[in-house]
Amino acid sequence: MAEPFTMLTGPAAPYLEENVATNVISVQRPHSAGPYKHPGDELFFGLRFDGDGNEIPDFVLNRPRYRDSRFLIAGANFGCASSREAAVTALSAFGIRCVVAPSVGDIFFNNCFKFGVLPVLLPEADVLSLAEEASSGETSGEFSADLLANLLTAPSGKTYPISLPEFRRTQLLEGLDEIALTMRNAGDIAAFHSAAAAERPYLYRLERPVSDIP
Amino acid sequence: MPKTLFEKIWDRHVVADLGGGFALVFVDRHVIPEITYNRFRELESKGLPLRHPELTFGVSDHTVPALWAALEKPDDRSNEFSRGMKAASLKYGFHHFDVDGPDQGISHIVAAEQGIALPGTTLACVDSHVCTVGALGGISWAFGGSEIVHVLATQTSILRKPKTMRISLEGAPAPGVTPKDLTLFTIGRVGAAGGLGCAVEFAGEAVRSMPMEGRFTLCNMAVELGASFATIAPDEAAFEYLKGRRFAPQGADWDAAIADWRELVSDPDAAFDRDVTIDVSGAAPQVTWGISPQDTIPIDGVVPDPADEPDVQKRRAMQAGLDHTGLRPGQKIEGTKIDFVFIGSCTNNRISDLREAAAVLRGRRIADGVTGWVVPGSLRIRAQAEEEGLARIFTEAGFNWGFPGCSMCGGQGNGFTERLKPGMRAVSTINRNLPGRQGPGSITHLASPPMAAAAAVAGRIADVRRLGG
Ligand code: SF4
Repeated sequence: MAEPFTMLTGPAAPYLEENVATNVISVQRPHSAGPYKHPGDELFFGLRFDGDGNEIPDFVLNRPRYRDSRFLIAGANFGCASSREAAVTALSAFGIRCVVAPSVGDIFFNNCFKFGVLPVLLPEADVLSLAEEASSGETSGEFSADLLANLLTAPSGKTYPISLPEFRRTQLLEGLDEIALTMRNAGDIAAFHSAAAAERPYLYRLERPVSDIP
Repeated sequence: MPKTLFEKIWDRHVVADLGGGFALVFVDRHVIPEITYNRFRELESKGLPLRHPELTFGVSDHTVPALWAALEKPDDRSNEFSRGMKAASLKYGFHHFDVDGPDQGISHIVAAEQGIALPGTTLACVDSHVCTVGALGGISWAFGGSEIVHVLATQTSILRKPKTMRISLEGAPAPGVTPKDLTLFTIGRVGAAGGLGCAVEFAGEAVRSMPMEGRFTLCNMAVELGASFATIAPDEAAFEYLKGRRFAPQGADWDAAIADWRELVSDPDAAFDRDVTIDVSGAAPQVTWGISPQDTIPIDGVVPDPADEPDVQKRRAMQAGLDHTGLRPGQKIEGTKIDFVFIGSCTNNRISDLREAAAVLRGRRIADGVTGWVVPGSLRIRAQAEEEGLARIFTEAGFNWGFPGCSMCGGQGNGFTERLKPGMRAVSTINRNLPGRQGPGSITHLASPPMAAAAAVAGRIADVRRLGG
């Protein structure tokens, strides 16, 4: 169950690297390594900290103006490779609840909605100009994402459309659990299964081991 | 309207149209690895029943130990995770191929081997490489861990209907060139984002003439093209492979199934959103030089120079690859010293892979200073390899002969102890060479099983075709 998402405002961090894999966004650590020092440290851990656990000052999220980022302006195919949900939870643990990119990994896209993170897909030129705004000026300006109005607004006042499938938008707005969402179709699922089992019985007649549940 | 193979299977499984290109899709088979056994607690805490136990299959692969030597109790490979999955399977009444049975193995290997994955069906699994089993002519997809509970409770997934892409591999591969080489060659051509979000159908002469096991290798790495699905039209090779397998239809059911499955081809005039043809006749054995599976070169090639790349993003990515692997532009990849060879993972640990690797190792020794592991894909494959005398070839060559599991593939085997040490360089038959995939600070070069075997013997990245007697 995620926090409902209606309006998000705050700074944006530009990180235009392409093909950033989910296990770079959130490194898989041995359990023996223990918990992270601060919530959100898992985000880009391998890039933000050196082998001794010290911050790498150059990395974008370690620079003072980006420490409180709520938005990430990312490169193409962000969140590709493995299905690690931890990539999304690492972002939200850090405080980033909106990722703007020309494209994102398919599984990453779907995972976003489960944890109240808004993916905004825009043409590359728009993403570049947002990144430009995020890195110009002395301090970082305020970006905002208004999901009720479907609008992303840059500090300059320039606006970009947020376009999501309606059921995904509802899910974010209401912070809906995905199972609850699907259970609305419980009747359709049962009907589908009976019809499929009637049409191709050989696919659905599977032996089952004995269960403890009667 | 003419349809692609993918669309035919998709249409058969749509429970409800959710709008915006999304659909609620029925899951015919759900494979669930032991590392996620806790999801059953979540199901319970939500007060939800397991909707279709007969369509649910547990495996033990991600965390189980591959090497006995590392064990405290040498006669017991179970651990917290596999025991947790076993408890869930007994409680809910679904099949679990556990370490104490004869059929344990890696998710996507077991799904094929047991006839769980079938043509025309849908199969879901939390592991990204579930696209492997699309080679049998069904469609399969991966998702994040929390979605396991969604499937357990509803037997459906929410999916976006993908764009379709056909990749035709034409031409006859040269001798000594394996399906893994063709796979790496293809990713090098199409790119790591070249199939982004697509449902890929592999077609063409080189695919039709490829044995089933090679097709699994090819489909396994479709996710490395960014693809969400991979499939191959089922043909006699697929039917032959499936016939008599435990969960495949039997008797009259089999005849009915085959009659249906023969229809599962893309219509001749079906339109794909993307259609790519690759001539594989000139492909040499491949090896990766960087940190993306698209960073492939022929074994007799040289490491590319980022300076030659006009695109700034790509240039930086290439540089990052070189920084990680420590190779220099223009350097020959052949001859690079290595520390470790891993022959395993759902990409390449089927019996054909083991035969090909053993053929190289017969009568040879692993080089001094190099550690080698062979981890077969399932207990069945392991038993067959022992029967065929392959295991003896591996151990006589100085390789460690393991028990099935993911092991060094993701560096999480046996509670994260089966991993490379920082700075170690490996030639591995796995599917990913991302930094640290096999352990933090380690370097992975992807290659085929014979190429991995050749590297073990030479102690260096080597051309299997020129190993000499
Ligand atoms: S061997 Fe690797 S890719 Fe295959 S299922 Fe295991 S972890 Fe996933």
